[in-house]
Amino acid sequence: MKILVPVKRVIDYNVKVRVKADQSGVELANVKMAMNPFDEIAVEQAIRFKEAGAADEVIAVSIGPDQSQETIRTALAMGADRGIHVQASHDTEPLAIAKILKAIIAKEEPGLVIMGKQSIDDDSNQTGQMLATLTGWPQATFASNVEIKDNVLNIIREVDSGLEHITCPMPAVITVDLRLNEPRYASLPNIMKAKKKPIDQISLDDLGVDASQRLKTLKVEEPPAREAGIMVDSVPLLVEKLKNEAKVI
Amino acid sequence: MHFGLSEEQNMIVDTVRGFVEKEIYPHENKVEELGYVPQEIADDIKSKVLNMGFYAPNFPEEVGGGGLNHLEFALLERELGRGSMALTHFWGRPQNILMACEGEQIERYLTPAIKGERMDALAMTEPDAGSDIRSMKTFAKKDGSDWIINGTKHFISGAAHADFVIVFIATGEDDTPKGPKKRITCFLVDRGHPGFEIKPGYKSLSHRGYDNMILTFDDCRIPNSQVLGEVDGGFEVMNTWLYATRITVATMSVGRARRVFDYALQYAVDRKQFGQQIGKFQGVSFKLADMITEIDAADWLTLASAWRLDEGLEANREIASAKVYASEVLARVTDEAIQIHGGMGLMNDLPLERFWRDARVERIWDGTSEIQRHIISRDLLRRLGG
Repeated sequence: MKILVPVKRVIDYNVKVRVKADQSGVELANVKMAMNPFDEIAVEQAIRFKEAGAADEVIAVSIGPDQSQETIRTALAMGADRGIHVQASHDTEPLAIAKILKAIIAKEEPGLVIMGKQSIDDDSNQTGQMLATLTGWPQATFASNVEIKDNVLNIIREVDSGLEHITCPMPAVITVDLRLNEPRYASLPNIMKAKKKPIDQISLDDLGVDASQRLKTLKVEEPPAREAGIMVDSVPLLVEKLKNEAKVI
Repeated sequence: MHFGLSEEQNMIVDTVRGFVEKEIYPHENKVEELGYVPQEIADDIKSKVLNMGFYAPNFPEEVGGGGLNHLEFALLERELGRGSMALTHFWGRPQNILMACEGEQIERYLTPAIKGERMDALAMTEPDAGSDIRSMKTFAKKDGSDWIINGTKHFISGAAHADFVIVFIATGEDDTPKGPKKRITCFLVDRGHPGFEIKPGYKSLSHRGYDNMILTFDDCRIPNSQVLGEVDGGFEVMNTWLYATRITVATMSVGRARRVFDYALQYAVDRKQFGQQIGKFQGVSFKLADMITEIDAADWLTLASAWRLDEGLEANREIASAKVYASEVLARVTDEAIQIHGGMGLMNDLPLERFWRDARVERIWDGTSEIQRHIISRDLLRRLGG
């Protein structure tokens, strides 16, 4: 079985993000980029399945500009077997990404897609769900535990009411949550091998996908600066402030 | 001329940096407070690094090492330099000099060191023999096919956790026109060997938890098979294998200086006085400009010296320049970072006072700044008959 793992190049989670002066987006020039942390968890899970004998091949796919290949290389250095790079603009929308992934699925025929539940830049949390809908595959989102037994997935999902235990046939789309695993560091032998692993280059035209923008960003602005807190003397005063000032109760 | 890193080199840098940030930084305050590294933390770091295949990156692949060249190893150690030395000690990097192992020494020392089963430490300095290494008093006397060693070594870093030491000992003396000159031999001595003891050393200002130890030899009987290299050939193995260790000091100084600089830069933006960010005052902004200029210069000087080794070029002077300059840049950068922070820089709520203390030793160990300047100037003057 092949596992497809989409990986996205985003601003490194340690970087303090700044809004561009013209408010058209966030500053990307000279900013450290890295693999979306949720995608790292997805790569880790796919490699663990392969190590456990549940999969034969892990394919990392990234959709974005040339530099997205660095993100694929990171996945290869963690242990993925090969990569696919689809040349596209940085701000390709979730629906277009889902369509592109669907086209790749048609070519590669993986038994499983494991991906991050969202990327830490846009926080859309849409691509996995859209991909499942487009392919007609079942989806298991927000996974914090996954097992394959007799060709069936046993999954624990993190939902608002607690932990939901589900089973799911394959092929399927899994989106992973933070607590699923702790991604490994790239090993030195795998870093040295990563360069020799193939990365296929595919264009949007090859896939026949229309990735044109449907959304228009009007303005991006910094969140308002947080004001200093105050100390209250009594519980009644606290309740009064929460009710009338903070308006949270 | 090409100044960029390859994809692999970038990944090595990113991986080591990520590891240091996630696995080293969180333990630093505890180590500073305790004055030692708790065993479970040491074991955890070591086992993770072993799993990553990064434990002996400076050794050739043929003997089970990572096969990095000098430049790549300098990049790796630059990132390690950001973290506490007490903790990064467990990122292996056994002494290259173990490549001089022969015969059964390979099975007993080289291979287990590379596999992380046995840790090593290097011992040269003595109470009366610092920069003047040939003046050492620790002496090994031949007795049949054995050697009997007497003497004391001190300031021995890494010996606290060492399973064996690589120790330089006088084995004779030659009369020369310039006076008597000691012959030196390198020995491998196991912890626990009768007559040999590893004792606690001094409390150092720098690198708390990275202990310096005292080694004592009291009629310690060692078979001739424990000689590393040739008898009386200590300087040869030293010059062959320890030539590059000054790059370690230089590149780790650069890494730490970059970490310190990030604190200063951030504070210049966050701290407001007289109604504006202090970074807007020229007194602060020009300091930042000088700091980064010097750090970049030290970085390139160091990487260039490592590159020269890889290219098989003469590098002795360049390595000395990198060592003296990078360690002195670190001193200035830590000092100025505290100046930018004002009183807060002195408090141990921030790690700046620690970086400032840690920086002090870099100008002293592995050859003082004065010894490095001597090497640099001698190299230049000798060419003109000086």
